[in-house]
Amino acid sequence: MPDIVKKSSFYLFVAIIVFYAVFPFYYAIITSFKTGTAIFDISYWPSFEPGHIWDNYLSVLKSGGKALTWDDVFHFNVSGFPLNFINSVIISTLVVCLALLIAVTASFALSRVRFRGRGLLMMTILSVSMFPQVAVLPGLFEIIRALGLFNKMPALIFSYTIFTLPFTVWVLTTFMRDLPVEIEEAAIVDGASPWTIITKIFLPLLWPALVTTGLLAFIAAWNEFLYALTFTLDNAHRTVPVAISQLTGASDHEIPWGPIMAASVIVTLPLIVLVLIFQRKIIAGLTAGGVKG
Amino acid sequence: MTKIVMQNVRKSFGPVDVIKGVDLEVRDGEFMVFVGPSGCGKSTLLRLIAGLEDITSGTLSFDGQVVNALTPSARGIAMVFQSYALYPHMTVYDNMAFGLKLNGRTPEQVRAAVEKAADLLQIRAYLERLPKQLSGGQRQRVAIGRAIVRDPKVFLFDEPLSNLDAALRVATRIEIAKLHHDMNKTTMIYVTHDQVEAMTLADRICVLRDGLVMQVGTPMELYEKPASTFVAGFIGSPKMNFFSAQYATAFGADTVGVRPEHLTLSSNGSWTGTVIHKENLGSDNYAFIDIGAGGDPIVVRSDDAAGTALGAKVGLTPISPDRVHRFNKGGLPV
Amino acid sequence: MSQSSAVQPAKAMSDLSKERLRSAWLFLAPMCLALLIVAGWPLVRSIWFSLTDTVTDHIGEGDFIGFGNYFRSVTLDSGRVIHSGVLVNPEWWNAVWNTVRFSVISVVSETVLGMAVALALNANFKGRGFVRAAILVPWAIPTIVSAKMWAWMLNDQFGIINDAFLRLHIISEKIAFTATDATSMYAVLAVDIWKTTPFMALLILAGLQLVPGDIYEAALIDGVHPVKTFFKITLPLVRPAVMVAVIFRFMDAMRIFDLVYVLTPNSSATKTMSVIARENMFDFDKLGYGSAMSTLLFLILLISIILYLKIGRVDLTNDGGR
Repeated sequence: MPDIVKKSSFYLFVAIIVFYAVFPFYYAIITSFKTGTAIFDISYWPSFEPGHIWDNYLSVLKSGGKALTWDDVFHFNVSGFPLNFINSVIISTLVVCLALLIAVTASFALSRVRFRGRGLLMMTILSVSMFPQVAVLPGLFEIIRALGLFNKMPALIFSYTIFTLPFTVWVLTTFMRDLPVEIEEAAIVDGASPWTIITKIFLPLLWPALVTTGLLAFIAAWNEFLYALTFTLDNAHRTVPVAISQLTGASDHEIPWGPIMAASVIVTLPLIVLVLIFQRKIIAGLTAGGVKG
Repeated sequence: MTKIVMQNVRKSFGPVDVIKGVDLEVRDGEFMVFVGPSGCGKSTLLRLIAGLEDITSGTLSFDGQVVNALTPSARGIAMVFQSYALYPHMTVYDNMAFGLKLNGRTPEQVRAAVEKAADLLQIRAYLERLPKQLSGGQRQRVAIGRAIVRDPKVFLFDEPLSNLDAALRVATRIEIAKLHHDMNKTTMIYVTHDQVEAMTLADRICVLRDGLVMQVGTPMELYEKPASTFVAGFIGSPKMNFFSAQYATAFGADTVGVRPEHLTLSSNGSWTGTVIHKENLGSDNYAFIDIGAGGDPIVVRSDDAAGTALGAKVGLTPISPDRVHRFNKGGLPV
Repeated sequence: MSQSSAVQPAKAMSDLSKERLRSAWLFLAPMCLALLIVAGWPLVRSIWFSLTDTVTDHIGEGDFIGFGNYFRSVTLDSGRVIHSGVLVNPEWWNAVWNTVRFSVISVVSETVLGMAVALALNANFKGRGFVRAAILVPWAIPTIVSAKMWAWMLNDQFGIINDAFLRLHIISEKIAFTATDATSMYAVLAVDIWKTTPFMALLILAGLQLVPGDIYEAALIDGVHPVKTFFKITLPLVRPAVMVAVIFRFMDAMRIFDLVYVLTPNSSATKTMSVIARENMFDFDKLGYGSAMSTLLFLILLISIILYLKIGRVDLTNDGGR
């Protein structure tokens, strides 16, 4: 096959891949700029109605029935979708911090100290991350009700730990395993205790890994739907995924596609930016658990 | 200035015995070199002395005190690792100060100790740099400096020159020898697979093989009176020539060894053969002779070698009877 | 040569080993405790619930009924025998079938497509970084958002997919992809494949990049046909990475909830085990009955992974070394 044919079919293939990957999001964006009846005109290219481009976004960012202002934010007087956004941010951040805190020391033990039962423990941690979420739902529901946490943020922080903790332990263990043994031995000879080794030697070397792991766990927590759906009752406590799934229009039969797309873009754009910035590290983190030479 | 005594030390990793019963005494202030082929256990033995691995059985004592249970820093040892093992995120100063700060010294004491060691190794100018900004040789000196500041009872080196290029290796070797002299004769144990390093640095050498001590002695003792064919073949470069079976009967032994530098070429001699290869390095001349015994050719280092031609028939003669090493069937001297 | 400190019989342990061992257990304690509270105990409780007739609103008042939720045989006075329980519930088996069908098709598709994408990305070409960034976009988008985006594209009246297919004469009239039983599963598959192929591609790519380039050069010099190179050289070498990726994906696929619930709500053609379990627990208030379903799902996954590991001889922990 002549080279030029090979090369162009390759690039065609690549172009198809890129198109397939990016088009849906592109389409969501151009839909979010359309209002009223323009939505029902099918078009593949952006079309703007001057003066109304941001309508959908403004309707989504309404708090308490009116547009959100910074004043509202600082006086904690937020409701509606902006509140959902804030809920998601707070919950995801706290869950990740909690998981990292617990995981750092656990990973050290799992990666640097040989003890009987280590392999079994690793498999147990892995299997916890494999639990179907619905299989622990009744038990979690009982605990949350008993602790009076139903429809409160701690309920989600509590239940999200079931997947953020095993994940962060797994990935951090893989990263810590890669730190050279001799540096740790030099520290031992210098008289450092395991705690000192972790805090003064390993953590400074590991912080890029911590950022990556934290980011990946953040995305997983941000994305979570089942527990958020089950454990929250009113809009004030909902997170973004649940809120988006329940966006309703003026009447029962009218689905507000415009605002839904706007909300989608608002929620997704920061994630995409973060992922693109950290893409190398993210790929390393994702594959750390899966593929090790 | 510490005397180290090992009595019947054994080390196993699970079912695998790596050190199989070592009895060894390292004298006060001496520079002892552990040498041997890959897998002989020399690094493991060093790590047992350091305390980085547990001793399975047997005792290790420093100045009469059994130290089996003590942590490395409690034993008062310092170690220079093969890959330097410097803390990448700390400056040279912090690398050297780390252990001292952990021990509760005051900042003034720390500064004094670090600067003194830095002066000794001429790295004073690099104190504020990070390891990645230094060359291999400089990093090696920092690694040594980190060990010096601990003012250790015993100084351990784990193949410290392996990562350096040839020229740097020679220069650093000299520095290490100087160091031993400058440091009031602190006891030093040095592990290497390079027998040239062993011969040039050691007060005494310990040759290990398969987890056991083959011979301990000064470099000259090992060179002139090897206790087995193994040691005879290990020490000295190029390797000692071995003659066995019918080629050894004339000397009343099962195996006879003569070093290449102790053979001369003539028209006939104790053995005869054909020149199959020559090497002229300028400083030395080597001839490779096939005497029909199969196996490796006999190597001769001599100025005569330059004059012989490829394919010529030559005779080999030891330059003197006491340069002939005779061994019995078990590889032990006769 | 270098190893971390080993464990010795207690009497021969040095202070160093003891200290490290003690620290290890101290360091592991918070994690073990957290996992016990958040995962271990709830799982046990959930399995317990499956053996009771608990009603969700009155959670403390359920009675133990053994395997009654799973299978119960009742003989009426008239002599008729009625079987009840999850194991004879046709909706349950429909859900199982949906889930298995979904998992197999999605994992196979994602692996094949992922392999193709990975092979493309493994080649050195201009713009490779851009393409790699582009394929991360579907992965980065939250599942719910993906569901909504595709629901919009698949919309029967205003969706562009109907529009495009009509223009290309692939279909003759608009189809409600997400609402029609015949097509709803394919809609779900389409979104899942779109969203997850990048992940598979990246995992496989990582495996591909571990293959040394010299091997390909040697094959080139030997004149081996590229297709043969792929099947005889590349594939066997990437097999470990692919096997791990496949099992992770399969387990994820079997648990699927979000996409099905949001894209095709209340559709018996797509209801998976997770969906029907939750429906019973919280829509029908039958916590005990629903727990039986979720426990069965758990057991199915457990058996699957054990079988897979044993048959595939896959090492997941890479604990072979240190």
